[in-house]
Amino acid sequence: MKRVRWHILVFLAPAVLVYTAVMIIPLFNTLRLALYAEVDQARVFVGLQNFRTLFGNAVWSEQFWNALGNNIWFFVIHMAVQNPIGIALAALLSQRRLRFAAFYRSAIFIPTILSFVIVGFAWKLILSPIWGIAPGMLDAVGLKSLYAPWLGREGTALTTLALISVWQFVGIPMMLIYAALLSIPDEILEAGECDGITGWSAFWKIKLPLILPSIGIISILTFVGNFNAFDLIYAAQGALAGPDFSTDILGTFLYRTFFGFQLQLGDPHMGAAIASAMFAVILLGVCIYLFGIQTRMRRYQF
Amino acid sequence: MRAARGQTIAAHGALLLYTVIALFPVFVILINSFKTRKAIFREPLALPDPESFSLIGYQTVLKQGDFFLYFQNSMIVTVASLFFILLFGAMAAFALAEYRFRGNMLMGLYLALGIMIPIRIGTVAILEMMVATGLVNTLWALVLVYTAQGLPLAVFILSEFMRQVSDDLKNAGRVDGLSEYRIFFRLVLPLVRPAMATVAVFNMIPIWNDLWFPLILAPAEEVKTLTLGSQVFIGQFVTDWNAVLSALSLAILPVMALYMVFSRQLIRGITSGAVK
Repeated sequence: MKRVRWHILVFLAPAVLVYTAVMIIPLFNTLRLALYAEVDQARVFVGLQNFRTLFGNAVWSEQFWNALGNNIWFFVIHMAVQNPIGIALAALLSQRRLRFAAFYRSAIFIPTILSFVIVGFAWKLILSPIWGIAPGMLDAVGLKSLYAPWLGREGTALTTLALISVWQFVGIPMMLIYAALLSIPDEILEAGECDGITGWSAFWKIKLPLILPSIGIISILTFVGNFNAFDLIYAAQGALAGPDFSTDILGTFLYRTFFGFQLQLGDPHMGAAIASAMFAVILLGVCIYLFGIQTRMRRYQF
Repeated sequence: MRAARGQTIAAHGALLLYTVIALFPVFVILINSFKTRKAIFREPLALPDPESFSLIGYQTVLKQGDFFLYFQNSMIVTVASLFFILLFGAMAAFALAEYRFRGNMLMGLYLALGIMIPIRIGTVAILEMMVATGLVNTLWALVLVYTAQGLPLAVFILSEFMRQVSDDLKNAGRVDGLSEYRIFFRLVLPLVRPAMATVAVFNMIPIWNDLWFPLILAPAEEVKTLTLGSQVFIGQFVTDWNAVLSALSLAILPVMALYMVFSRQLIRGITSGAVK
C-alpha cells in the first residue's frame, strides 16, 4: 500500500485548474455553443443549423470564404516574404567575425516588440497621401508615379497589410534561424571547407539542410499566428476591415459577428460557429505539420 | 582576401539597409511628435529645431487621455500574469519532471495542447464565463486569461530545465529532512532562475501588446490597458496629428524601455534553444 503523495497534487493543482477552467473548458464550450441559437431570448439546441447558415446562406458564406481566402493570402505572403528575409538576415548575422552583430540583431528585432496598434497607425500615417512621406520619398528617387494609396485600394490593401505584418515579425524567424545556425558545430563546416565547399555553396549544401527543422517550426508558428490574427487589421482598418471587406480575415470576421459592429447585432452562437471553423483550420494545419512534415524531417544530433 | 572583404562590406550594407527599414517608422513617429502641426506637414523628415519644436501634442494627450491609469492597468495585468505563470508553471513543471506517477505523460501532453491552440478560439465562452462570475471589466479577467495562455509553454520549457537539476542535490536535501515543498522553493527554483527569466520575457511582450482580450473582456474606462487606451484615443483624435503622434510615442516608450532592460535576456533565451 503506497501512501498518497499529496505534494504532487499540490504542485500540479493550480496550473491544471487555471488552464482547464480558463482555456480547455471554454474551448469546448465554444464548440458546444456553436450548436445552439437564441430563439425568443432562450437558448435552444439547433444542431448544425448555424453551420448550415454559415456555409449555405449566400450572405454568410460569401463573407466566410472571403475571410478565409484573405487569410490564406495573408499566410502565403508571410511564408514567401517573411521567412526568406528572416533566413537571409540570420545567415548574414551568423558570419564569423562579423562586427556589430549584436547591434543589428537588437535593432531589427525592435518592430517585433511594438504593439499592433503602434505598428498599424505608424504605417497608416506613413503611407497616407495626406501626410505624404511615402510619395515624397518615392519622388526623391524619381519613382513618384509608382505611388498609390495602397491601404485604401481594394486590390492592394490586404497585401500591404501583410507586408506591414512581415516587417513587424521578421525578427522572429531571424532569431530562431540564427540560433539554429549558431548550433551547427564548426567541425562540420571545416570538413566542408576541406572539400572546397565555402561561402554560398556551404550555406545551400550544408547549413540549409541542417536548419530545416527550425524552418518547419517557424512555418507552423506563422500559420497559427496568421490564422488567429486580428489586432493589426483592426488597428489599421477597423472592424469592418475595409475597403469593402477586402482585408477581412477570420479574426476580424469573428469579432464582428460575435460582438456586433455598428448596425449589426452581435450573435454569440454564430460567433462560436466561426470560432469552431477557425479551430478546424488551425487543427488541420497543426496535424499536417505534426504527422506529414515533422515526422519525415531528418534530424541531426550533434 | 579581397573577395572576403568585399563580402563583409556587402553583408554590412545589407544589414544596415534592413536596420534602417526596421527603425525608420519608429524614428519618423518620434521626431514628428515634437513638432508643430505646420512643421509635421511641411517637412516630415526634418528633425525638430527651435522653430518647429512643440509639445502641444503631449499636452493634449495628457489632458484628454488617462494615460497614467492605462499604464498602471497594463503594469498590474502584466506583472500579475507573469507572477502566476511563473509560480504555477514552475510548480507543475517540477511535479512533471521530478516524480514518477501514473498519468505523468498524459498530464504533460494535456498541458502541452495549449501551446499550439490559441486561447482566442474560446473567446465566446470565456466572455460568457466572465459575465457569469462578474469578472467582466475587471483586471482579474485579463490576468486569468493570460495566465492560462502562458502556462502551457511555461510548463514545457521549465520542465526541460528542471530535468537537468542534479538528483544528488535534491536527495541530499531529502536526507537532511527537507520537505518536498522546501526542496522545490529553496533548492530547485533558484537553480532554474535563468529559464524563468526567459519564460517571463517571452510572455511579457504579447501580454502587454494584446488588444483582443482587453477589447472584449475589459473595455471599461477604469480598466483599459495602455494598448487599448491608445487605440481608442487615436480613434477619437484621428484628425489631431500632434495628439496622435504623441500618443503613439507615449505607447512606444514603455515597451522600448522594457526592451532595453531585457533584450539581452530575450535574445539569449531565444538563441539558447529554449524553444526548439
